[in-house]
Amino acid sequence: MSTHEDVLSSENLPHEPEKATLEGKNKFLGFWFFLGGETVLFASLFGTYLALKNSFGAAEHTTPSQELFGLELVFIMTMLLLTSSLTSVYAMYHMKNHDFKKMMVWLGITVLLGAAFLGLEIYEFYHYVHHYHHTFTSSAFGSAFYTLVGFHGAHVAFGLLWIITLMIRNARRGLNLYNAPKFYVASLYWHFIDVVWVFIFTVVYLMGKVG
Amino acid sequence: MAKDTNSNHADQYYKAKKKEEMKHQVITFALMIVFTIIAFGLVIGEFDKLFVFPVLLVLAAVQVGFQFYYFMHMSHKGHEFPALMIYSGIFAAILTILALTTITWV
Repeated sequence: MSTHEDVLSSENLPHEPEKATLEGKNKFLGFWFFLGGETVLFASLFGTYLALKNSFGAAEHTTPSQELFGLELVFIMTMLLLTSSLTSVYAMYHMKNHDFKKMMVWLGITVLLGAAFLGLEIYEFYHYVHHYHHTFTSSAFGSAFYTLVGFHGAHVAFGLLWIITLMIRNARRGLNLYNAPKFYVASLYWHFIDVVWVFIFTVVYLMGKVG
Repeated sequence: MAKDTNSNHADQYYKAKKKEEMKHQVITFALMIVFTIIAFGLVIGEFDKLFVFPVLLVLAAVQVGFQFYYFMHMSHKGHEFPALMIYSGIFAAILTILALTTITWV
């Protein structure tokens, strides 16, 4: 009984608690497998967008991407997401030092930055729909744009819910070998969201602005 | 008791190592900010398309490499499987994008 408690208590955590158990190792490997699949999934959406970005069909209101996109908002969104990636690195740094409280604080900051990003993205979409009539059904460009960027936004929303759930669920438990892999994997997911965003702001917004 | 002193040494060693890694990650973050600003600057500066596009893609690829290797710890030992998964994913991703942009709808 007491040995079991020892293993799970936060004073005796091993180095790299996220990979100390077989379950943790499996989560780690399985999650990277999943990220490989996600890469291909997003590639198919990027490929679709690139192929259809100049297809407006017989749309009544057509606004090409050069006029549509505003770089100020995208720049702020990029900075928010990039910073949230760093704050989740800080969270994992404290996890590896077995400091549960500091990890929770940095995860909380990550969630706030992610929520700000999502809020700006919703505002952006609202702006496009109401001022430019750029909707999901207005043209092939619209469909491809909202599918790609919206799918990324849905990933951000899912990541936020995931991290918040983990924080609430484990708030009173403290850090142990059972939940350390869960926090670690969630932070990997959060970094991957930023990886996808790097290509979205480059390929969709910056290249779209150039033409 | 002997075991405790041992683990204390190990703790100190790992702590220093984690500090070192943190330093690298902060430098990585600073570089990513700089790259992002350069990327936006290139577009705002309205340089030639043929020059801007390749530079933008290289900047993006380097930033993604930073994310994988420093923020997601792929530079650490024991990340052979993650590297295999991500590089296979990137390989399939490139094929997918090539196919969709050159054959399917053209």
